[in-house]
Amino acid sequence: MSARPIATTRSAAGLPTGRLAVWWLVVSEIVIFGGLLASYIMYRLAHDAFAVQAAHTNTWIGAFNTLVLLTSSLSAVMAHTAAERGDGPKAARLLWATIVGALTFLAVKAFEWTEEIQHGFTITSSTFWSFYYCAAGLHASHVIAGAIVMMFVARDAARNRELHRVELAGIYWHFVDIVWIFLFPLLYIAK
Amino acid sequence: MSEHAHAEAHSPSHYVRIWALLLALLVVSVAGPMLGVMWVTLVTAFGIAVVKAYLVAKHFMHVNVEQRFIAYALLTALVFMLLFFAATAPDVMKKDGTQWEKPSWKVPAAAEAGGHGASH
Repeated sequence: MSARPIATTRSAAGLPTGRLAVWWLVVSEIVIFGGLLASYIMYRLAHDAFAVQAAHTNTWIGAFNTLVLLTSSLSAVMAHTAAERGDGPKAARLLWATIVGALTFLAVKAFEWTEEIQHGFTITSSTFWSFYYCAAGLHASHVIAGAIVMMFVARDAARNRELHRVELAGIYWHFVDIVWIFLFPLLYIAK
Repeated sequence: MSEHAHAEAHSPSHYVRIWALLLALLVVSVAGPMLGVMWVTLVTAFGIAVVKAYLVAKHFMHVNVEQRFIAYALLTALVFMLLFFAATAPDVMKKDGTQWEKPSWKVPAAAEAGGHGASH
């Protein structure tokens, strides 16, 4: 019987292949979000009218969502610590706390967008709002993806299976947090 | 890193301290721009965003204890972002040059001056 190599036990360039893949994903995401944010900054600097439109965004909602994401990053990294210690059930509970953070973020976003759309600020209202919905929407889609991934990882972790994936989900989640750390001042504070 | 230092860097209390620091920075980044001073806004909003991102990358993502080439790969992606900005900004951000202009930018500017608001 031949032993099949298992991805989790393989390593490339001194890293487990799973972790290398997540870092590779993060690097490619930097280019995606970086291009979008760099374009936004160009327009923001060139058009004073952007500030007039940005004045309609709600700083407190943006700040609250920043608080939610920073807190969810804390639970994600503590889940990683629990997984390192072999405590799968605790890691799963902390991952579920992170998922609650993701859902809270999305619920607040849904409320915020509903308000803005009802006030006539839609994706076609102006270039600022096009950037706003595109950047925040792309970020929110990453939040949704992260929450779904963490549900699967938490399910396995609760049974003490595939605990290394807790760290991988965490690396991705912290990146999503970092993107929001930059989106927050760009869309909500620079008025 | 010694065994003790490694354990300390991965302890829940350490992560809670970093989280508390991040929240304090969040408060400053919201309060700073309320002063209405341009340089204070730039430092508190964007300078602090860089610090927060650094703290998350170092303490939560553990980039500092990862293989060195990961940090280089991340920095390379950031350099590509700056290259993109540097290469396109001179064109995107200017309304006109010595032998060219952007008519579509002239119209919104004129409309704004007339009090009808710009499309941007």
